[in-house]
Amino acid sequence: MASPDVVAIENLSFGYEPTRPVLHGVNLRIGRGKVVGIMGQSGCGKTTLLRIIAGALRPSAGAARVLGEVVNQLDSAGIFALRRKMGMLFQFGALFTDMTAYENVAFQMREHTDLPPDLIHDLALLKLEAVGLRGAAHLMPSELSGGMARRVALARAIALDPQLILYDEPFTGLDPISLGAIARLIRRLNDSLGATSVVVSHDVQECFDIVDYVYMVSAGRVVAEGTPQELRRSGEPFVHQFVHGEPDGPIPFHYPAPGYAADLDVGAAHG
Amino acid sequence: MAERALFVATRQLLERLGAAVTARIWRLGFASRFFLYMILHSGVAFRRFWLTVREIYFAGVLSLIIILVSGLFVGMVLGLQGYDTLQRYGSSEALGILVALSLVRELGPVVAGLLFASRAGSAITAEIGLMKATEQIAAMEMMAVDPVARVVAPRFWAGVISMPLLAAMFSAMGIFGGYLVGVQLIGVDEGAFWSQMQASVDFREDIMNGVIKSVVFGVAVTWIAVFEGYDAAPTAEGVSGATTRTVVTSSLAILALDFILTALMFTGGNAR
Amino acid sequence: MKRSTIDLWVGAFVAAAFGALLFLALKVGNLAAFSTAQTYVVQAKFANIGGLKVRAPIKSAGVVVGRVTEVRFDNESYEAIVTFNIEGRYQFPRDTSAKVLTSGLLGEQYVGLEAGGDGVMLKSGDRLRLTQSAVVLENLISQFLYNKAAEGKEEKAGK
Repeated sequence: MASPDVVAIENLSFGYEPTRPVLHGVNLRIGRGKVVGIMGQSGCGKTTLLRIIAGALRPSAGAARVLGEVVNQLDSAGIFALRRKMGMLFQFGALFTDMTAYENVAFQMREHTDLPPDLIHDLALLKLEAVGLRGAAHLMPSELSGGMARRVALARAIALDPQLILYDEPFTGLDPISLGAIARLIRRLNDSLGATSVVVSHDVQECFDIVDYVYMVSAGRVVAEGTPQELRRSGEPFVHQFVHGEPDGPIPFHYPAPGYAADLDVGAAHG
Repeated sequence: MAERALFVATRQLLERLGAAVTARIWRLGFASRFFLYMILHSGVAFRRFWLTVREIYFAGVLSLIIILVSGLFVGMVLGLQGYDTLQRYGSSEALGILVALSLVRELGPVVAGLLFASRAGSAITAEIGLMKATEQIAAMEMMAVDPVARVVAPRFWAGVISMPLLAAMFSAMGIFGGYLVGVQLIGVDEGAFWSQMQASVDFREDIMNGVIKSVVFGVAVTWIAVFEGYDAAPTAEGVSGATTRTVVTSSLAILALDFILTALMFTGGNAR
Repeated sequence: MKRSTIDLWVGAFVAAAFGALLFLALKVGNLAAFSTAQTYVVQAKFANIGGLKVRAPIKSAGVVVGRVTEVRFDNESYEAIVTFNIEGRYQFPRDTSAKVLTSGLLGEQYVGLEAGGDGVMLKSGDRLRLTQSAVVLENLISQFLYNKAAEGKEEKAGK
């Protein structure tokens, strides 16, 4: 009945330094074929969570199960093998600047497979066609606009038909047209590849349009979860503030400071 | 009261000094492990030799102009200064020996090494640092490609291969420069210039030792360059600091190694 | 940059570098001299070799005919044993003498061979009988001073 989870995070804690934990006892599950969003403010730990799923960071407590493997217990060879089944889209694309768009997409095929060059050529163009950039295959990353570079990076991420695709803030800094294009591509590629996608973002508008389920993270904990509709209707203060973009609420507008009057008086005394 | 303050200040100074030294030693250890890892994973750099060839172009070929021009000028200056001093003792015919030995034993490897560090070394550091800052290194790791094997090792071996080649060309150019100034300009006897040089410059003692020096410098400079790039903080300040550190540390390393190698190779001859 | 252009430049670079190395080795250094010549081994004992070093030249009539290969101390005769290679095409008689000479006034030392008159030639492994040691500067000076002192005494005695 329930499809086996592609990603299962159990009671996970992590800190870059032992004294400052970034994630506290996080629990989440991502089912096969779903597009799941992990949302929250900047610095709440969502990118860290993504890195742990990708095996780049090791948690201090708890477990992260990805595609049937316990990621934090794998050795580097195991992690490398696991990553062949994953694709990741980085925040600003992270295309290799010394290669053309075509060579970027063909990179993984050349490194990991023994396919003949003609086949690689056709496959790479296929991926570029899927993101609408087959005509830009010969361009260098410096010649691409931000949105185009992001799409080429997406084509690169799906080059080997991964089972799990991770998106690190895919909507950052894009114009409305590119935003729409990327959002639609994330959903469409996920469904046509039969893959599972995890989208880390703080763009409520675009995210809610395409995801099946959302986890809200604040200060290293999962504070809310649900479908986009449920979260829109939620009365929970933090969720409400986040979803509706209110400047003041559980996350205060003012950075903690001593009394205003006291500060001004001190200024007058020194002036 | 003042004594207490002095004591505290001294102690703080010593603590900071100790911390700085410990941090440097820790970093050296980290750099050594990185070096070993890179050597062990150099298979790709040689099996797909095109990667290394490409880096030889960027590190070696593009440094050629500065190396040749500098070599020419250094040789010409050696010719001028050497003649000025030698002719005072009636030994102006030894100009060829002076120019050749200075270049082949010392100036060739050292000056070419310093120029290589500033031009190619800093470029390598900046390139790798920027790749790290723009997450290209992380992207490569995510695609299960070892960035040290794919990006770092080819650049390292390209530097090690290019360095002795550049030093040889520097020395050759310098001798030609010394010839231009000494024989053509000043009028030292051409036959004496070359024949005395040939009689005194030993292939094994001087030329091969010079080549060995330049290989050692190549290893040191390129190791520092790739490590600083790989370890740079992924920000603009991080990359710029790393590039500066590459040039400074490489230059100091070349000069220190030059002393050690010269002491090993050129003195203590009778002790053999 | 196209692949073939880079290949071309790198190839030219490496070729130019090898050209430079060849120039250094042949025109600047002395590689052309003794690398492949046939040599035979001869030994000689000296009371004092002065500053003679391994790889010092062996000259006869001012022409380099060989190189010193080994310098040892003989603990029984308390003399120095010098081994050297002579180029195969030069044959020397058995009674050839060897002297340790200095090139120039204060230059480096070499072994000078003066051919004798014997009909039989040296074979590989032979030892030269007649040798003359190096002139040690200190002995020369002290000898000079001694002679000067003796002359002075004679003059005084003669007066």
